[in-house]
Amino acid sequence: MKWKQLVRNKPFVIGASLIGLLLMLMVMSLFYTPYGPNEMNTAMRLAHPQPSHWWGTDNFGRDIFSRIVEGTQTAFLIGVSSVAIGLFFGLFIGAIAGYRGGWTDEVLMRLMDAKLAFPGILLAIMLVSVFGPGLGNTIVALGLMSIPAFARIARSGFIQYKEFNFVKAAVARGAGATRIIVHHILPNIASPIIVAASLRFSGSILAEAGLSYLGLGVQPPDPSWGRMLSEAQPFIVNAPWYVLITGSVITVMVLGFNLLGDGIRDVYDNKS
Amino acid sequence: MLKLRNSFVTVLAALMITSLVLSGCGTNGTGGNSSGGNSAAPTTGSKGNAGNTGNAKPQDTGASSGKQAGGTIRVAMATEPDNLDPYLSAATDTGSMMDNVFDGLFEAGENSELVPALAESYQVSEDGLAYTFKLRQGVKFHNGSGLTSKDVDYSYAKLAGLNGKEPLSSKFAAVEKIETPDDYTVVIKLKEKDAAFLAANIIAIVPKDYEEQSVKPIGAGPFKFASYTPGQQLVLEKNDDFYDKDKAPTIDRVEFKIMPDPNSAVLALKSGDIDMVPGISSQGALQLGDGFDIVSGPQNMVQLMALNNTVKPLNDVKVRQAINYAVDKDVIIQTVAEGNGVKLGSNMSPAMKMYYQEGLEKRYEHNVEEAKKLLKEAGYENGFKLTITVPSNYPFHVDTAQVIAEQLKAVGIQATIKQIEWSSWLEDVYTNAKYEATIIGLTGKLDPQEVLGRYETKYAKNFFKFSNSEFDALIGQARQEIDVNKRAELYKQAQTLLTDQAAAVYIMDPSRSVAMKNTLKGFKMYPVQKYDFAAMYYEGK
Repeated sequence: MKWKQLVRNKPFVIGASLIGLLLMLMVMSLFYTPYGPNEMNTAMRLAHPQPSHWWGTDNFGRDIFSRIVEGTQTAFLIGVSSVAIGLFFGLFIGAIAGYRGGWTDEVLMRLMDAKLAFPGILLAIMLVSVFGPGLGNTIVALGLMSIPAFARIARSGFIQYKEFNFVKAAVARGAGATRIIVHHILPNIASPIIVAASLRFSGSILAEAGLSYLGLGVQPPDPSWGRMLSEAQPFIVNAPWYVLITGSVITVMVLGFNLLGDGIRDVYDNKS
Repeated sequence: MLKLRNSFVTVLAALMITSLVLSGCGTNGTGGNSSGGNSAAPTTGSKGNAGNTGNAKPQDTGASSGKQAGGTIRVAMATEPDNLDPYLSAATDTGSMMDNVFDGLFEAGENSELVPALAESYQVSEDGLAYTFKLRQGVKFHNGSGLTSKDVDYSYAKLAGLNGKEPLSSKFAAVEKIETPDDYTVVIKLKEKDAAFLAANIIAIVPKDYEEQSVKPIGAGPFKFASYTPGQQLVLEKNDDFYDKDKAPTIDRVEFKIMPDPNSAVLALKSGDIDMVPGISSQGALQLGDGFDIVSGPQNMVQLMALNNTVKPLNDVKVRQAINYAVDKDVIIQTVAEGNGVKLGSNMSPAMKMYYQEGLEKRYEHNVEEAKKLLKEAGYENGFKLTITVPSNYPFHVDTAQVIAEQLKAVGIQATIKQIEWSSWLEDVYTNAKYEATIIGLTGKLDPQEVLGRYETKYAKNFFKFSNSEFDALIGQARQEIDVNKRAELYKQAQTLLTDQAAAVYIMDPSRSVAMKNTLKGFKMYPVQKYDFAAMYYEGK
């Protein structure tokens, strides 16, 4: 590992600290939030930020800080699981297409192209409207949405590496396709995939925010950043902190992952 | 460094998406977005209103520095007209715009009474089966032709399907035949007694054999249709030949500006680009400073949590009553409607003054202990799971669901909220009654039969699945009762029965607030969404 280079890379350090901070908040929220995230206190509606409510309260008198912090769980859960789904199937398809080549490659990649032709969020909206809203379906929809991107990266890696001598040597030694794919080629294309995954991560979180904003993602009353943003909208003039805080947290998370991904790319992938 | 910049571009994009999210999609909002003449229209996005609650009184005419002749009123409308033809349009917003172009035999009065418009007088036969209307003389349509009984015959035949085509309105289903003994007399014979028929006569009368209503509507109302530019505006001009000189319009021109985003409508009002925003949100109202008037009043809507009376455990009246005790309506009104709503106890808004049964809202005062006791009696001591289905495009109902879910928790009922699209709501919930609980606003009608009739066992869209023979008998009797007071009494009994049976959780009638420049006077609130621009005028300098 090139830890020293990573630590000296500014984008990586900034990104890692932002994400680290959010991760810490998430861990904290598993055990403690100042108020119950869904607890309503109608006497304290739309209170501005103050010592008892750091980030103020929303229109139901719920503590915004507690809800944002609770929302990190949803955000990370959706990010991790949808990227995992996309990564798994994307690598699988990309590996087969790239390694086998020929008509298998043509068929699989044209399928991926067909999928890329649809704007991702539109596809997710369609899936969620067909199978119903909710956390599970949102994750699946966002996961499916990110398959083609991973498949393309994996495929190009495989096409490049399968011609290398060490791969040919392995073939000559009689290694099976699975062994070659998993042990010989995959480790070599890990860095572009990690970069793609970290960028995809923020994409998924943003997409979830978008879906929840439209009422299709996480269902109320459970906190989701996207839905909080949409709930904050009517109060944009009279309680601007609500929308500002929610929007900033989403921005921080997206910024964090993007910087992290850029940093890793700088260090590992110096071709570009 | 290049990388860093790249990354900022991405973040910038993220910010832009965030802001898009903020500015876009604001269309679910103000303005009654109704669906179909007989269907339920949820509360609009207006989250209640600030100030002047209950001030539904018309402002004094003439008392101040006097009317100014002429002028233009620019009004923000949230939705695009669905059809300019009054018989083909189903949207409430469209109806409230075009109502100024068309007149019917009657028009809706401020207290849900019927005010004669094209009809001078009417008579009902002893058996209640024949209605004789005397028409006003000298009424002219906007195309110059005189209005006679032939036009009424043509219009009603179209509505009732007597011209051999599909009937256009179910309210005219009882019409058997129409006779026109002379140019100014119309006799309508009904197949059966229908006390709700009279209120149906507020519908527009259109000129005979004119089939271009969708393109260039022609009526006999105080304003003439001038132009319609989709996505931009619909313009009406003063009808100088209006038949009723006392009600003739002062204003020269009304421009309805299509503004789907409620925030931009408020900003436009503040900056003076428009003069009136019907259905302003409380948050919007808070932004307006001096120089604006806000008129609020009950809008004759019943916001309720409908309970499917056939699914377990909601088929048990005790469970339904327990839910009623568990829900604190005052909290909902405070949080969701910013205090601008009238608490209800049954399916009737106080805007229907004649028919409203008072005191029912006190039947189930918030009482957690009582709710738990009833649940125990029903055998659900440990509570149960309940799914509340809400249409996702109405934040007002989604918010209400959030409050109710939290309140039900206190008595052990685990409520989950399921948001669905409006079209799926209409299909699954409203039409097929595949749901447990749902939150919706039922728009008011002028006649109580249309309001309470939806609980009748045989009513096709009785999505409550409420079935009670006593109730059916009351409603059946009321439909046949011609005596207005006796009829009102029967409807009051029916409301009490609904409350006792806890057919649903009746929450509130969210007030409608209309904001306008304070120089604009003469606005009146009606129990239906109606904007009478003929009565409005600018105050003189």
